[in-house]
Amino acid sequence: MSAMIQSLNVIKSFNGRNVLNGLSLEIQKGETLVIIGRSGCGKSVFLKHTIGILKPDQGQILVDGINVAGLSIKALNQLRMRFGMLFQSAALFDSMTVGENVGFSLIEHTDFSERAIRDRVAESLEMVGLKGIEALKPSELSGGMKKRVALARAICMRPEILLYDEPTTGLDPIMADAINDLIVSLHDKLKITSVVVTHDMVSAYKIANRIAMMYQGKIIEQGEPDVIRNSTNPIVRQFITGSAAGPITDIQFKSLEQIEGERA
Amino acid sequence: MRRIIESAGRKLLDAIVFAGGVFSLFMQTLFWIAVPPFRRKQITDQMVQIGVDSLPIATLTSFFIGVVIAFQSAYQMRRVSAEMYIPSLVSISITREIGPVITALVVAGRVGAAIAAELGSMKVTEQIDALETLAAQPVKYLVTPRFLALFTMLPVLTIYADLIGIFGGFVVSVAKLGLTPAMYVKMTFLPLVLKDIFTGLFKTLVFASIICTVSCYEGMRVEGGAEGVGRATTAAVVTSFILIIASDALFTVLFYFI
Repeated sequence: MSAMIQSLNVIKSFNGRNVLNGLSLEIQKGETLVIIGRSGCGKSVFLKHTIGILKPDQGQILVDGINVAGLSIKALNQLRMRFGMLFQSAALFDSMTVGENVGFSLIEHTDFSERAIRDRVAESLEMVGLKGIEALKPSELSGGMKKRVALARAICMRPEILLYDEPTTGLDPIMADAINDLIVSLHDKLKITSVVVTHDMVSAYKIANRIAMMYQGKIIEQGEPDVIRNSTNPIVRQFITGSAAGPITDIQFKSLEQIEGERA
Repeated sequence: MRRIIESAGRKLLDAIVFAGGVFSLFMQTLFWIAVPPFRRKQITDQMVQIGVDSLPIATLTSFFIGVVIAFQSAYQMRRVSAEMYIPSLVSISITREIGPVITALVVAGRVGAAIAAELGSMKVTEQIDALETLAAQPVKYLVTPRFLALFTMLPVLTIYADLIGIFGGFVVSVAKLGLTPAMYVKMTFLPLVLKDIFTGLFKTLVFASIICTVSCYEGMRVEGGAEGVGRATTAAVVTSFILIIASDALFTVLFYFI
């Protein structure tokens, strides 16, 4: 196994706050890596770096050894065709039908015939269990359906790497589990490298080959699901058990007190 | 005192960032216009939304403006028995100045707001990020069709508004001020030279660029949900208005001397 995506000491700040603070991580070809961490800890920001929407202030993200931030627009677009990304809010284009959404890349970037596009769109929708809804508009779909359509759009170009931004957030537990099953089956069927960002531990244990915990812009622990489950790191323990008291919240309270102290 | 200077400095910085951002977006737009593929359907869709759908409001405003100019000038012209020059006054002021500016303001209010709101909503729902991940360039995909549509439709709308405005003056003059239709038409076109129409249309092209670039820029930099979209929409319209009127003043002075 070779590292497909490498993040080398990446630093990114917004409005003077370091969201990524020297993040280093390797993602192997063919694995499903789940990145866990609290909301707002920079997980989504990391995903946007791997696909070149954001550029690091310092450090590098390498995909197959190539620095993403250094690519020309053309080369970056070629790289992006190898990726599929599922957004937290699904991010379907609401001016288009489901069919046009799913087939977007095929229509834009390939010279497939209309028929071939239609077949591929139907096939992708079938993979996510939504056959025959091409003519609907995104506004007519439920939250879970939107996510699945967005997933169909992400896999329509048969990508090598899939990035999932909180795939189960905002769904009921049954739909969330259906999405988990889908992620696992897509991984098995299409032999895709997957990077999943989530704070849903049920989902993480179910789909992960490896889990990495992100905290304050860094990876503080990574390993197989069992390693994380049995971790002795108090920060990891607090997160995976989901308790309100622990080192994560202590620091937060402390900094709150500090702010209030400064004000007074 | 220090606070006043600080806030003035921050405003100045914002203005510089804004000017740079708009200029850079404008250059990117010009670049992406030249890059194939050319999406005819998207452009024609936008032309319908921007041009055809603006016809009713353009008709209404320019007709009333024509009526008002004719009445206002009659008020003065009557004293010197110069009513026959009313048509000339209407046609020149409308083609040179009022037609282009009023049409641009109407379109900025109607279309500029719609563009900023649409792109802003796309930004907050991550649709613009999604475009990028699907290897589509947001500027190429979203800005250039709107730019081309505005750039072609605003002059057309302006010519149309000019004619309707002149017609408004015609109705008043013939019905109320005792001019004959033939006289009105003759006095409308007698003083009008091509330069009047061309300077008007040249300004229109500048206004079209302003409306599109400012509205797209404001839309694409939205942060923070519905509130941000509302703020961007307001900013797009207000900034477009200011820039349209300021550039109009600049060009009027310029054209006066050449």
